Amino acid sequence: MTVQFKPAETFRDMFNFKKSPEDILRFPFPFPEDEYMYSVNIEPHVKGGPTAAFQAAFDIDEHYIAECRERERVLKEDPKRCQVLPHMATAEWDTLELIMESLASDYPEHFSLSKAGDVWTWVNRPLGIHQTFTFGKAETLPYGPFEYITRQVQGDFTLQDQRDDMLYVDGGMVTTQADWSFEFNIGMSFMEWHGPVPVAHEAGVFERALKYLMRLQYGQPVRRLNWTMTINPRLDTSPENYPVWGPDRTTVTPENVGDKVHLRVELQTLFRLPRSNAILFGIRCYLAPLNDLVKVPKWRRRLHRVLRGLRPELAEYKGMTRYRQTAVDYLAALDDGAPTSKGIAPEIDKLEG
Amino acid sequence: MNAGTLSVRVREITELAPTLKRFSFEPAHGGEFPTAPAGGHVMLTLRDGDKVMKNAYSLVSAPGQRARYEIIVRKVSQSRGGSAFLHSKVAPGDVLDMAMPGSLFSLASTAKKHLLIGGGIGITPMLSFLAELKSRGGRCEMHQLSSLDEAPVFERLLAPFSDDAEIAIHTGGRAAFDLAGLLARQPLGTHVYVCGPHSLMDAVVSTAAALGWPKGKVHKESFGAAAGGLPFKAILKRSGIEVEVKENETLLEAIEAAGVAASCLCRGGACGECATAVVDGELDHRDDFLSDEEKAAGKLVMLCVSRARGPRLVLDL
Repeated sequence: MTVQFKPAETFRDMFNFKKSPEDILRFPFPFPEDEYMYSVNIEPHVKGGPTAAFQAAFDIDEHYIAECRERERVLKEDPKRCQVLPHMATAEWDTLELIMESLASDYPEHFSLSKAGDVWTWVNRPLGIHQTFTFGKAETLPYGPFEYITRQVQGDFTLQDQRDDMLYVDGGMVTTQADWSFEFNIGMSFMEWHGPVPVAHEAGVFERALKYLMRLQYGQPVRRLNWTMTINPRLDTSPENYPVWGPDRTTVTPENVGDKVHLRVELQTLFRLPRSNAILFGIRCYLAPLNDLVKVPKWRRRLHRVLRGLRPELAEYKGMTRYRQTAVDYLAALDDGAPTSKGIAPEIDKLEG
Repeated sequence: MNAGTLSVRVREITELAPTLKRFSFEPAHGGEFPTAPAGGHVMLTLRDGDKVMKNAYSLVSAPGQRARYEIIVRKVSQSRGGSAFLHSKVAPGDVLDMAMPGSLFSLASTAKKHLLIGGGIGITPMLSFLAELKSRGGRCEMHQLSSLDEAPVFERLLAPFSDDAEIAIHTGGRAAFDLAGLLARQPLGTHVYVCGPHSLMDAVVSTAAALGWPKGKVHKESFGAAAGGLPFKAILKRSGIEVEVKENETLLEAIEAAGVAASCLCRGGACGECATAVVDGELDHRDDFLSDEEKAAGKLVMLCVSRARGPRLVLDL
């Protein structure tokens, strides 16, 4: 299956973003049931899964080139979106190795990696990159190894160091985030950076997740889905840029809700790294406007029911309070009340309409 | 992305000493091995007739060495059979099953200095650490305890690292090894790593504690708590079948192998998805999901990690 990249897309200003029918069907829809509550919804990150977004270690889709260009723009405006503390140098090389080898093996038509001892040659055809460098020698790359490779993958990444029975977020490339600041969080412990999440602490979700992650084994990556909503197809919804995107929430009307309101899903992956014993955390962001999602009968019914029943404190945390009712009203008209089956798969091969 | 099992071919066996052999493995189907974790270990499945043994060994090869994995095995008289089997019955060209390397003993990223202490065959994970520290350029001091006759063997194994690390081999026995002095003179920010007989590992842990070392700066080798336990029988009441749970498999795996689809997600005792009602039987709870009260009540079991504490368990499944 060859992906048709769309390099002219933009995720800011005038916005130029359109999903192909295939891209809609591969969306990692996040709700396995008609109601939503926090849980430790972690499972092994193995190939296969309910949609095509689960076929690779690091998923590449039709927005790849445009998203890499957007990342470049964000970094130019705010270089602190990528920072790695000095003790994570080994984890940087672990990350570069894992991502390069995974991309070359999952997408041989787009990426290749060849090695002559420590001298590696990396070819990234979609971005027109051909780089020879020495593994372990940062001066042979134009950026640090972590920044170098994460400029060439969709989604954000953080590096977690494990020490004293705790995980610390000691590195990251964060330009497509759902309203959290890496500059603010760097160096924090797992419990500190999850501090603001409502309800889940009382449910003991983070304690269980932390114990599970500290046992995460090399070669056995895991994944989970997380979600929120974003107005317009904007990748960079950072606290630093709140004045740019915050007011968008006031622009939703019954007429434009289907185009403006996007379900934002994070396919989160966690990999134990070999040399450093650090954990690489991938936060791969997918956007889909309601108008695209309602083309899948199961998804439009379920999205309506989830949003309608969402607990107010969760809606508040996710920043949806202003436009939630408008979205629910729009979806209610499209929900015929038929029962839905468990799981997230679209259960159709071709979109309606 | 796959946990899976590696199929490995014995490439070379080198006798290092009368009871020490180095085994060098290559991927049986070509290609490269995954990058090994520094200080990581592998589990070999050894089949001697009907007897199946699973033994864990530290990798001594450098993490970046992908063409070969190497282990060093000591033949011990009271061994369960795995090491004796490797010494006497495994030959170059043989193909074995090896679990993906695991990592429960790793180098601290924030250490200002690494102090390594090996006792006898406990040198093995230290060789992997030394190779990793050499490529990182990390500051390091290594002390190896050895019998007099094996000292030249360990000297040869450590020689490649002598330019980068302070290395000392001690042949005077434990009594002559000034552990307290060694730990007392380390600079702040040093992490100590020990592998060897339990008595040595315990001595390092207690001596460091007595000197006021923070717990997080003392690391001892572990292959992890055994995932399995004693075998038992699980009776699935609703399905009307009985499942034998072997010592090296989980209850969930045994149920799946019997063709019963049990609901599950994380397979690590955290998510709660596989919670199953217990009709009868005592439980060995190993999960992080159930509360202490729920565990004491004994009405629910997490199939993915917990087991029976007895010969039989009846489940509402």
